[in-house]
Amino acid sequence: MATASSRNPFLYRRRISRGAKHLLLIGFGLIMLYPLLWMISSSLKPEELIFREPGLLPSKVTFDNYTEGWSALAHPFGYYLWNSAVITALSVVGNLAACSLAAYAFARLNFPLQKLWFALMLGTIMLPLHVVIVPQYIMFSQLDMINTIWPLILPKFLAHDSFFIFLMVQFIRTLPRELDEAASIDGAGYWRTFFRVILPLCTPALATTAIFTFIWTWNDFFSQLLYLNNPDNFTVPVALRTFLDSSGESSWGPMFAMSIIALGPIFGFFLAGQKYLIRGMATTGLK
Amino acid sequence: MVDSLSLKKPVVTAPAPQNGSRQAVNRSRRETLAAYTFLAPWFVGLFLITIGPIVASFYLSFTDYSLLEEAKWVGLENYTHLFTENPRFWTSLKVTGIYVLVSVPLQLGFALGLALMLDRGLRGLSFYRSIYYLPSLLGGSVAIAILWRKIFGADGLINGLLALFGIQGTSYVNDPDTALGTLVLLHVWTFGAPMVIFLAGLRQIPSSYYEAAAMDGAGVIQQFKSITLPLLTPIIFFNLVLEVIKSFQSFTQSFIVSNGSGGPNDSTLFYTLYLYTKGFKDYEMGYASAMAWVLVVIIAGLTGVNFLASKYWVFYGDSK
Repeated sequence: MATASSRNPFLYRRRISRGAKHLLLIGFGLIMLYPLLWMISSSLKPEELIFREPGLLPSKVTFDNYTEGWSALAHPFGYYLWNSAVITALSVVGNLAACSLAAYAFARLNFPLQKLWFALMLGTIMLPLHVVIVPQYIMFSQLDMINTIWPLILPKFLAHDSFFIFLMVQFIRTLPRELDEAASIDGAGYWRTFFRVILPLCTPALATTAIFTFIWTWNDFFSQLLYLNNPDNFTVPVALRTFLDSSGESSWGPMFAMSIIALGPIFGFFLAGQKYLIRGMATTGLK
Repeated sequence: MVDSLSLKKPVVTAPAPQNGSRQAVNRSRRETLAAYTFLAPWFVGLFLITIGPIVASFYLSFTDYSLLEEAKWVGLENYTHLFTENPRFWTSLKVTGIYVLVSVPLQLGFALGLALMLDRGLRGLSFYRSIYYLPSLLGGSVAIAILWRKIFGADGLINGLLALFGIQGTSYVNDPDTALGTLVLLHVWTFGAPMVIFLAGLRQIPSSYYEAAAMDGAGVIQQFKSITLPLLTPIIFFNLVLEVIKSFQSFTQSFIVSNGSGGPNDSTLFYTLYLYTKGFKDYEMGYASAMAWVLVVIIAGLTGVNFLASKYWVFYGDSK
């Protein structure tokens, strides 16, 4: 310790305050997570105890809220989970395919008007959705696609989320160009190079894209509310919302139970893909 | 540090000299063809669901259009009505403005504060980072908005806790004075995303700077003021621009907490919620398009102001 503190006089003081710091961080983390923990705990309590017990440990545990919530709407809740899963899975596939193709062209190929297109692509990242949503809605309704999944997944297959193109371009640029050249000398064309060299090396960027697309699509409320009006097509967010209409302020227990089920997959992906999430956040922010 | 948006010039592979320029032309033609093929889906999307709709939306903003009838040209009427005859428009602007102005600085403050505490070799760093980051992944969901509604409801968590001290509270989401505050809290709760960006930024500051400063006798506060803060300003700026743009377009929270009404008393009427109501409840699509363009101008304006102001406080090491 003596050597450490002589190298950096602040290290010594830091050690004393370290315990206090951890206490503060844990306490603050608990406050942050309290709403979530409370929701989990409330979902396991009989309705009348939710308000009376603001603590986290339920005095009586019951799964009634789950069984009741599961069948409270027009379809069993699993039906909405399936709808959400289909849209989310297709969105992930669409984004991975379309964005990686575009990113390869921007990052590695030379072509006329490249700078113009690239600038346009960057420009669309920050474009407010609302400026295109009305005409998009009109277009999809004229194509008779309201109440289908097409308005929700078609844009993904057309690389509408240019944010991910940008993310992948940034990533591909970090890959050594010699790899492309070696592949080219071996007689590989652009497609072979893309599939055999670039794509496999892009796994981290692809994982980040997949996880973010999953979470954003699973959480997305605005466009699903807009395009899905028929209870047969409802996804989890839209179905959860109808809880508010159908049961008003009365049945919070079942609503909480289904909310937790709705958050489950996000939490799962968060645990599984933390590394890619954090890295993705950091790289798009900085480099 | 932040910048690198500019296109890096790709290395042009020199054509094999013995074959002359013919092959080079061939090669570049093949390359162009390949590039445009790779970009084909994106091009279709760009024109069909981005540029086309932008143009259409601009045109529609000068019309009266309800999806059922032909669009009728009304000139500037939508805009003049918005600005001079529609108090709800101004209310929604005010609500959104307050929301952005209060919640973004608070959110970034927490993000920066926690990032500073978590920086540099703290044990359990990734554990803390995960805990603080989790809410920003969940925060935009309907489930969390429902939870928020209950937490601040008449018989919710807050009042349940207050009841332990014998205080009887009201419903905070149904009180026009506090409803917006609950949404601000929800936004602040999601400080994890900018915090992660701050953490990445802090890691780029060379530790030798701190060692040198400590050698010269600079204290912790002095180090923060002279090293950390100036070198972090580009990241603060980046987060600020991003969060202002994002929070101005918040929708889900106000929709769920007010159950689509923007109430009580329009106190949570976010701009996008009002736009949604106009366009897709009242089917005044021309009007909604005009609102969308006002939104674009506002966001562009705010971003522009941010960029102009950045000259006075953002420090880029290389411009010295």
